[in-house]
Amino acid sequence: MITVEALTFHYQATPVFEDFNWQVQKGNSWAVLGPSGCGKSTLLALLAGLRFPSAGKIRINGETLLRPRPHTGLILQDYGLLPWATVRQNAGLGLKVRNFYGADGIHAPRDHAPDQSVDPWLERLGLSAMADKYPAQLSGGQRQRTAIARTLALQPDLLLMDEPFSSLDAPTRESLQTLTQELAAEQGLTLVLVTHSIEEAALLGRQILLLHEPPNRATIVIENPGAGRPGTRESGEYLGLCRDLRQRLEMDPARAAWT
Amino acid sequence: MTTIRRRDLLLASVLIIAIWQTAAWLIHRPILPSPLMVLFVFWRDVKSGELPGHFLVSLWRVVAGTALAILTAAPAGLVLGQSKRVNRLFSPVIYLLYPIPKVVFVPIILLFFGIGDAAKIVIIFLILFFQILVLVRDQAASLRPELIQSVRSLGAGRRALFRYVYLPASLPAILTALRQSVGTAVAVLYIAELFATTKGLGYYIYFEGSTLLDYPAMYAGVVAMSLLGLGMYFTVDRLERWLCPWQFTN
Repeated sequence: MITVEALTFHYQATPVFEDFNWQVQKGNSWAVLGPSGCGKSTLLALLAGLRFPSAGKIRINGETLLRPRPHTGLILQDYGLLPWATVRQNAGLGLKVRNFYGADGIHAPRDHAPDQSVDPWLERLGLSAMADKYPAQLSGGQRQRTAIARTLALQPDLLLMDEPFSSLDAPTRESLQTLTQELAAEQGLTLVLVTHSIEEAALLGRQILLLHEPPNRATIVIENPGAGRPGTRESGEYLGLCRDLRQRLEMDPARAAWT
Repeated sequence: MTTIRRRDLLLASVLIIAIWQTAAWLIHRPILPSPLMVLFVFWRDVKSGELPGHFLVSLWRVVAGTALAILTAAPAGLVLGQSKRVNRLFSPVIYLLYPIPKVVFVPIILLFFGIGDAAKIVIIFLILFFQILVLVRDQAASLRPELIQSVRSLGAGRRALFRYVYLPASLPAILTALRQSVGTAVAVLYIAELFATTKGLGYYIYFEGSTLLDYPAMYAGVVAMSLLGLGMYFTVDRLERWLCPWQFTN
């Protein structure tokens, strides 16, 4: 589904990615793991069409990415909700933006139907009771659920998540991780989740892309077929993988930057 | 934001009138008539149509100046807040002009715009323009890049960002600017209406007090001007509750 070809990207002199290649198959769940400053958020912004390669190409479903794609959903750690809009209005923002432009194939897909409701999504994510509240009145978990509802209401085929659960407390984080797995399976989504948490990568990524201190040239992929099975958190396989990932990250010459 | 109860407002009004009445008794001179006498004259001049005429002229000047300021300063503030480069270009100019008390421009504006409404409207416009410009600019600049990115990822281009992000984000800034400055605007309007006009509450107060020496009428004019200021303030307050309800949740 995603093909990254000879990607080079830099903000300043040192490239974050240099001649970097990567492929994501449709329906797969990927975790992108690495320390702060390794370029994982940059990779996500590139996939989202919010930044553009200095050289090389990113293709999604065969089409070169030139702008944000209507069928790609993006969920960030925080700050993604409009403070002046209620949960229902925030969740409906994407649909509103699509109605604003109409089915032009650029901002909204050509088959966009204008009269869609977000209420089923609020129901599915357990937000119906707080539909008229403002983000400031919600907990971190409820805010993130709202962001998920807003994205899924647009029926994406690709979901990009940037540290989506790192500001949440442990029980909330775990329940949202499980929910994300369920939703990805239910909607047949291709998932790319960026995280600095080894446990989260091992839990959600059926394949894990390891990034190191820039420039990133090699594509280091770890297969994790056990991800997403019930009871993963308690399995020996999972604990072994966490140990393995930790060792690989410690081999990184830039491990001093690892927090 | 705190909400003041209606009953407390009423009590405060009664208290202010009581202090006024007591002062009138104690001072006992024509330069401080009692509230009752002022009310009587106020009502007389309202019925005769004189006071409402002056009131409407002043109201028109304030509303026109305010509308002009919002229509120009809000878009300008949005542009400055969105573009770092444009802001860098203009911010030294704004930095120098913003703190100047605009009332000192009254004589100059009168020279340029002459008698009539234009000069008064321009003065009010000037006072509010900078206030709105600076607050809207800072509000637009403080929007987090994550917020903009996530709305862009929903398909929003420049127009949708403006409609769904920048515009609603600037509303509270406009209203805050108005709340902070309508008082000053009405005060400066009073000064401006002392010159080169025979209409407006400022003129009425000045004329009744200094030329006719009709002190109760002068006080009635002061009351009318206070009502104008209060009315503007309450309107902004109401608009804020209506347009920005999220600011009143806890």
